[in-house]
Amino acid sequence: MTPNAGQLKKSLRRSLSLLALCFAGSALAQTSILNVSYDVSRELYKDINPAFVAAWKKQGGGDVTVNQSHGGSSKQAMSVAAGLDADVITMNQSPDIDILVERGGLVVADWRKQFPHNAAPYTTTSIFLVRKGNPKQIKDWDDLARPGIGVIVPNPKTSGNGRYTYLAAWGYALDKTGNEAGAKDFVKRLFANVPVLDGGGRGATTTFTQRDIGDVLVTFENEANLIAQEFGADKFDVVYPSLTIEAEAPVAVVQKVAAKRGTEKVAKAYLDFLFSPAGQEIIAKHDFRPRDPAVLKKYAAKFPKVKTFTVDQKLGGWAAVQKAHFADGALYDQIIVLKK
Amino acid sequence: MAATALHLHSDLAGRYESNPATRESAWVKWTVIGVSLTFFALFILLPLFIVFYEALRKGWEAYVVALVEPDALSSIKLTLLAAAISVPLNLVFGIAAAWAIAKFEFRGKSFLITLIDLPFSISPVVAGLIYVLVFGRTGWLGPWFIENDMKIVFAVPGIILATIFVTFPFIARELIPLMEAQGRDEEEASTVLGASGWQTFWYVTLPNIKWALLYGVILCNARAMGEFGAVSVVSGHIRGETNTMPLHIEIAYNEYKFSAAFAVASLLAILALVTLVLKTFIEWRATQTLKRSKT
Repeated sequence: MTPNAGQLKKSLRRSLSLLALCFAGSALAQTSILNVSYDVSRELYKDINPAFVAAWKKQGGGDVTVNQSHGGSSKQAMSVAAGLDADVITMNQSPDIDILVERGGLVVADWRKQFPHNAAPYTTTSIFLVRKGNPKQIKDWDDLARPGIGVIVPNPKTSGNGRYTYLAAWGYALDKTGNEAGAKDFVKRLFANVPVLDGGGRGATTTFTQRDIGDVLVTFENEANLIAQEFGADKFDVVYPSLTIEAEAPVAVVQKVAAKRGTEKVAKAYLDFLFSPAGQEIIAKHDFRPRDPAVLKKYAAKFPKVKTFTVDQKLGGWAAVQKAHFADGALYDQIIVLKK
Repeated sequence: MAATALHLHSDLAGRYESNPATRESAWVKWTVIGVSLTFFALFILLPLFIVFYEALRKGWEAYVVALVEPDALSSIKLTLLAAAISVPLNLVFGIAAAWAIAKFEFRGKSFLITLIDLPFSISPVVAGLIYVLVFGRTGWLGPWFIENDMKIVFAVPGIILATIFVTFPFIARELIPLMEAQGRDEEEASTVLGASGWQTFWYVTLPNIKWALLYGVILCNARAMGEFGAVSVVSGHIRGETNTMPLHIEIAYNEYKFSAAFAVASLLAILALVTLVLKTFIEWRATQTLKRSKT
């Protein structure tokens, strides 16, 4: 054999051992937990994580690293179902946690009872962001269904943000027209005004702010405030509609993964931290409405009183909504098809 | 093939240009040249310039900070690792496949060529999903790997697998036409003279294909580092762990960190430029060698 062949063999062996190293790497890692979350919670958890790491160490829990993964919430849930090793998931709508109960029992069935407030440490609402001075005079949901208005909404099929927008419009129209046919007609007219359906909340923000498409962005209150901070308050105005939806952001331990990785305790402590006064304070700072009444009172100026309804109150719970609106061929599909 | 085509072209170009029968009037010539140059400037030079302009807009310091930030560093490392593993593997597969196809006759040969081309025709997203469906928790092989504590998708091995898949055809595709054009006379001569299979390969075949091979490696490497779609599906987007450079760019951009996004993008662009220079150099060397072997 020539020396060249020997070299080739050597480099082959090296690449093989590198490959083996990758496999081993995952097993050797120190205590870490992975929080799989939705799209626009990035900034929140960037602040929560170091605070929790410090608190956990003070409690005598030792060193822990919290890793983050963000994306459209339903897409993230599907990744976890397909094997992304999340110890905890922090979503913005319960169907994305329910799906993990259905698919392989990754999350315990009564996850809502594992933590206070339906296991949702904070809420937010769907509101409007319009261009400065509100040139198109957009005040309420009716204006969004007017002809000639460009409405930017993330895709309700892939993101919780879009789903809440859709349901908020539906709830409003239901109150106004008093029947389902009227609501369907209203929401159909509204979605006919949507030029692009982005995959996640942040994508919709970029479409509205960077690409300058549309007259109004319907998004979560916290995202709207963040946009004002990032791009300057002189470019956009926030508009609160007369009625909107209360979006609970549920959290859960991914029991099966945590049990296997031996991280149940720290995963639970991480989610408990979200409900603690320190956690609630950080949540309020990021423009999410905290559950703790004392913290909410302290930041009252940030959160104008707005009339809201929840999915449970008006629409019969998530399971019913899922079936009636978002299943294949259900109301949402019918509306999008009619649009064409 | 690229090398030979180039060579033929440079041979004929002189005659083509000096022949009045094949010449257009001046205004046609300059309009066409003008249009192409404008297009080139608008669609290629300008975006490239913007990448560097945006990257350096907040100053040199912000640029460096964006690159040495832990998440960015880890994405650079992961990208290099994925390329360092997938390129050598594709090098071996590519040579083996091209050798078999160009130097031997067997049944199912054209089918094999089609198979090699498959990654070109499949959308990268589908390529990524294939691995999720096979190695995911509910996939065919996934449960077994998870039982045995080996993570494939949403971890580094999945990213490497996806990269190998999308870059698979590059080297073989570069070699097959050249090796077919060269025929097997030299190999036959070497065998007749008593060389073993390995000797024939090392002293006859490999030197003949080395420039095309290098060219293929460079293209393969560029794609391996730049791949987005397939890797995005299998990555899981864990910061500091399973984000490659293209994924990190998307994340930074989505977090309003535009200069950080463009800083990492500029690194990728620099890589592309280096690739271009290397590619030009190799084409030039290949033409030189061909010329020399002809005289």
